[in-house]
Order: sequence, then C-alpha cells, then structure tokens
Amino acid sequence: MTGITLDLLLLQVFTGLALGTIFVLLAVGLSLIFGLLTVVNFAHGAFFMVGAYMGVYLLGVTGSFWFSLVGVPLVVGVLGLVVERALIRPLYGRGLDYPLLLTFGLGYVLVDLIRIGFGIEGRTFSTPAALQGSVDIGVGHFPLYRLFVMAVTALLLLALWWLIEGTRYGLIIRAGARDPDIVRVLGVDVSRVWLLVFALGTALAGLAGILAAPMRGVYPEMGIPVLIEAFVVTVVGGMGSLRGAVVAGLLIGMVVSLTSLVAPPMANISMFVVMALVLLLRPSGLFGRAGLMG
Amino acid sequence: MSQSHSVARRYFLKTTAAGIALAAAGIAPRRARAQAETIRIGFPVPLTGPFGTEAKDQVAAAEIAVKEFNDAGGLGGRRAELLVRDDKLNPGEAATRTQELIEKDKVHFVVGSLSAAVQLSVNAVTKARGVIFVSISQSDAINEAKDWSKYTFHEALNPHMTAGAVGRYAFPKFGKRVVFLTADYAYGHEMVRGFQRAGQPLGVETLADLRHPLGTTDYSPFLPRIQALKPDLLILSNFGKDQVNSIKQATDFGLKKTTRLVAPVLLYTARLGGGPEAFEGVVGGTSYYWRLEEKVPSARAFNDKFRAAQGGAVPSDYGALGYAGVRSVLTAAKGAGSTDPEKVITTLRALKYDWYKGAQYYRGCDHQAVQSVLIIESKKAGAMKNPQDVFDIVHIDPPDESTLRSCQELGHKA
Repeated sequence: MTGITLDLLLLQVFTGLALGTIFVLLAVGLSLIFGLLTVVNFAHGAFFMVGAYMGVYLLGVTGSFWFSLVGVPLVVGVLGLVVERALIRPLYGRGLDYPLLLTFGLGYVLVDLIRIGFGIEGRTFSTPAALQGSVDIGVGHFPLYRLFVMAVTALLLLALWWLIEGTRYGLIIRAGARDPDIVRVLGVDVSRVWLLVFALGTALAGLAGILAAPMRGVYPEMGIPVLIEAFVVTVVGGMGSLRGAVVAGLLIGMVVSLTSLVAPPMANISMFVVMALVLLLRPSGLFGRAGLMG
Repeated sequence: MSQSHSVARRYFLKTTAAGIALAAAGIAPRRARAQAETIRIGFPVPLTGPFGTEAKDQVAAAEIAVKEFNDAGGLGGRRAELLVRDDKLNPGEAATRTQELIEKDKVHFVVGSLSAAVQLSVNAVTKARGVIFVSISQSDAINEAKDWSKYTFHEALNPHMTAGAVGRYAFPKFGKRVVFLTADYAYGHEMVRGFQRAGQPLGVETLADLRHPLGTTDYSPFLPRIQALKPDLLILSNFGKDQVNSIKQATDFGLKKTTRLVAPVLLYTARLGGGPEAFEGVVGGTSYYWRLEEKVPSARAFNDKFRAAQGGAVPSDYGALGYAGVRSVLTAAKGAGSTDPEKVITTLRALKYDWYKGAQYYRGCDHQAVQSVLIIESKKAGAMKNPQDVFDIVHIDPPDESTLRSCQELGHKA
C-alpha cells in the first residue's frame, strides 16, 4: 500500500481508539454481569437493541436527545430488574448453562416483541444537532459525535470504577461475587445486590444502544453483531474482568482499524484472529481469573 | 385362519380398492378443470428478514396487477391469483418453496426473488420444470448463458446498466478521481466493473478500491484513508443497511466537504431508513421513483392505483418491479390466449410494453428488460415538500441495448 503518510497513520490510530471505545461500551455491561453474577447474558445484544428503540420512542415523545440519553438506561434498567427477579433468580446455583439458555431465548423474544411493536423495517435516528459534523483534530477531520461517545464512555468507566472500588456498596458487590454465603451470614441481602447489578448491566447495554443508534441505525437485528463484538472483547479481556474489557476493547479497535488500512477485506476477521491468539496463549483471557467458568 | 376366509378378504379388498379408484376417477377430471380456471402465479419474496419492507411492497404492487387483470375480465373469464411465499432470503428455502408452488400448487408462472442467490436457486427449479420465471432481483447472473433458459426473464435492472448510467452521469459532472468502497461479494464487484467500464473512455482514475466485509456495522476504519485521498467521487457499491451506515458515517467524517457520494442503486426504503441529513446530495441510480409521474403518464396511473390500494402510500422501486413482472406474464398469457409456457414465451418475447416507467421490452437473446435508468439525487430536509419527496430525478438514461452487456459477452450465440 502506498500513500500512507504520518498524518494518515495517526488519524487511523485515533480512529482505532475511538472504535475501541465503542467496543468497550458494548462489552462493559456483559462483562459486569458475568464478573459479579457469573451469568452469561446472551440477551445482551437484545437489551442493546431495546435501548436504541427506547431512544427512538423517548426522542419522539420528548424531542430531546439529552433527556432520552438519561431516560433509556433507566427504562432498560427497570426491564433488567424485572428479568432478573422473574427469570434469572430461580436459576442461581444451577450451573452456567441454565441462565445462558434462558437469556439466549429471551433475546429472541425481545427481538420479536420489538418487531411486533415497531415493525421490521427499522427507524431513523439522526445525530443530535449539537453533535453533527466533524472537527479538525490536527491530523484530519473526525466526527464530533464519536468524540462525544468517547467522552461519555470514559466518564462512565470512571464512575463504574469508583462505584465498585471506592464505595461501601462496591465492597459488598465484590464480596458478594467472591463468597455470597459469608456475605449473607454477615447480614447483607445478597439477592438484592445481584438484582441491582443485573439491572446496571442491562442499563449499560441500553445506554450503548442509544449511543450507537446515530452511527449504526436502529433495526430489530442490530444487537446480533453487537453480541458477537461484546463477547470477543469480554473473552479477550478475560471473562468478568472490567479492566480486561477496557484493554481488550481498545486493543481490538486498534487492530481492526490498522487492518482496515492495509488489508480492508480482513477487517472483520482480524478481531477473531486476536481472540484465537489470546485464547491459545492465555486461555482465561488477558486479565481473567482461571477456573471461573468451572 | 382358513383358506376360504382369506380369499374372501382378498376379494373384498380388491373390489373396494377398485370402487375407490373408480370414484376417484369420477372426481378427478372435474377437479382438474376447476384448477385450470384460475391462473396461479407463485411469488417467492423475502417477507421476513432485512428486506421485509421491500418484499411487502412487492406483494402490494403485484396484487394491483392481479386485480387489474381480473377486473378487465381475466383470460376469457379465467381469473388470476397470487400465491405469496416467504423465501426468507435463503436460497435453500426459496428452492423448496418454489418446488412446492410448482408441484403442489401447480402454479403457471413464478415471479419474484430479491437476492441474487435466491434468484439463482429459483431459476434452477423453474428451468428444470419448464415454468416461466420473471426475476425482479437486481443481479443478472441468471442472464448468463450457463444459467439462462428460454423460461428465464429478468424484469429488474442489472448492475452493469445501473452502474453504467450513473457513471456516465456522474464522472463528467463531479470529477474523474474515484475511490470505491465496495461490499466484498459478487454484487459489489459487478457494480465496480460497471463503473470502471463506463469510466474508461472518460479517463476516470481509480485511486483505491476498498473492499469491506458484507454486513460491516462500523466504517470508521476505512474513512481516514478516503479522507486523505480527497477523491472527487466516493462510490459506495453496497446495499441495504451497509449502504445506510457507510453513507451516514462518511457524512459524519465530513467527507462531503471534498467529495461527492455516489451509490449505484439508491433505494427509496434505504433513504427513508437513513434520514435526509445523511443522504443529502447523494447521487444514485434506480429503476423507479414515484415522482417519475411528473413526466411519464403510465407512472401516474400506476401510482394512483397504488395510492388508492395502500392508503396514500407511494410504491417503492422494488414494489414497482413486482407490479411489472406480474403484469407482463398476465398480459402475455392473455395475448397467447393460454397459459401454455411455450405460447406465453412467444408473446412475452414480442411484448413492447409501458407498464409504469415508459417503453420497455425483453431483449431477444437473454430476456433482459431493456429500460430506462433514473438518476436521482437525495434532497435536503428543508427542500422536501412532504415525507415522500426524498429525491429529485436529475437525469433519465434512455432504454438502449448498447448499454447492456452484449449477448456474446453473456455467452449467448446472438
């Protein structure tokens, strides 16, 4: 390939970082639920899609993107509460495959419910007026909206990190993940912790949905590639490791971006190559704890 | 068990069987006559899946053609009926459904298919059973001699015609330095070849042909390079969601400041899905856009019928193809006075028609519909008079056999 200047390379690297941030955003909810509940949430892509549709709905009702951005995670979080309480809770202690199969089915149900409610043809979701267009970042033009998504994701990760590592509540969550029985003996209602963690994970999926809508469009099947992307990031980073999800997301964004520059048709497959290599060298992922799946 | 008992039973069985056979024979001719009375058209389209909207529009438009035919008295009193089947955008499913349509439902004609792969599998079934098939898919692989048969007709445009017409319009107007962003499969490759062939005599220069995997959701990794190349034209040879997302994201990257975005096929439904901001100024080709009614009387007549049947909605490009395909076979059957495939083929081949977009006919060697290609430009949100007013027709490339791939090139003798 000729014509690769330093500016182009730098812009490509930055694009990779931005793409990586989106991957982190897509994966963080999945990773959180697995890390703390050991539930492999196959409905993650569907919650993402529901988030985008809720965004369309709230935007239609209120006319404000900002209001929708706050409203969507709340609505999808409430849906998560209901799902955990009614469907997931009876399956705790039964092994990994029970909630996996349940959420797999739930994903299909949600997609079809959206098809029934909103039609199969998809919806338009315009970039909010204040975030349209591109800005010159020194090495080229970059979409303002993607910069915004990067910023939101960074803030979100800081807040999550603070919640889990820096608050009393986070202490209970971490303790509950390690040994629920002892925490229960200490007088903490562990099932309430799990309920809230599951809801938080789905709220994050919903938020990712509305944030992705202006870039990727809104249609019932939009969660399918996202589920795959989120799983690749989570597996590479180590199932259940938040830090792993961040590092893996950025790494994969970078690999996809640079592959697109030198060998465009290989762009999609490059992330799976990374996954295969990581699994060969470190079967539990970059930051994963061995034996968690057992 | 005694011997006589056994014989008696065999006798009983024999006589009853004969009786049933006789009774059946008595009924059979009457049922066969009843079947001959309706003209059945099998219509496999992808009702479920990503092209469900287009498929439903095709059904709605095809039903109009059937109604028209029936209202005009049918074929000497024989009415037509549309048998819609969901091909699920899956070649295997389509082959099974088509086989059922032919063997179980005894259809006289098959019209339909949207995807290139489905079209090939439907054609294989209809060809083997000697049933006329009018394809409304944008790919023309079935027109090549190795897959074609005299039962094969192609009503839609093909990549070569569309890309050629768009290229002949866009290159002189917007510039000669071109980057292609192409979905990496047969349809995308065919489009690029079409553009390059049209561009060659005009001195068009391909700066890069970037192939992206089918179904890519994020195009950002491709865009810095395109930005750095600063082409006059970015040609997006992709389809459906891929097209919507790539146009949207190219717009976000500010590419429109230096570059004109061009798509070989710009679908009405894709533009509705992508929104006016992203598509503003994008130029592309289409077989039909409803505002053709401002210039062509048959378009107005078709739109009015569609509006009346569909509560004011206008037909999409794909929908119109469903109408044209069904109207062609029904008109040909009427002209032949029969549903006999050989006779209908003769009348179809001789047909000079104007169903909805001006003059058309099927080319002799491969039965490709020779027709105009509309060049359209997506309007800005502020300039739209109503939500249906999404494109301006900026040019009409007239029907001309010389814009098609030649018969020899497709492997036909003449």
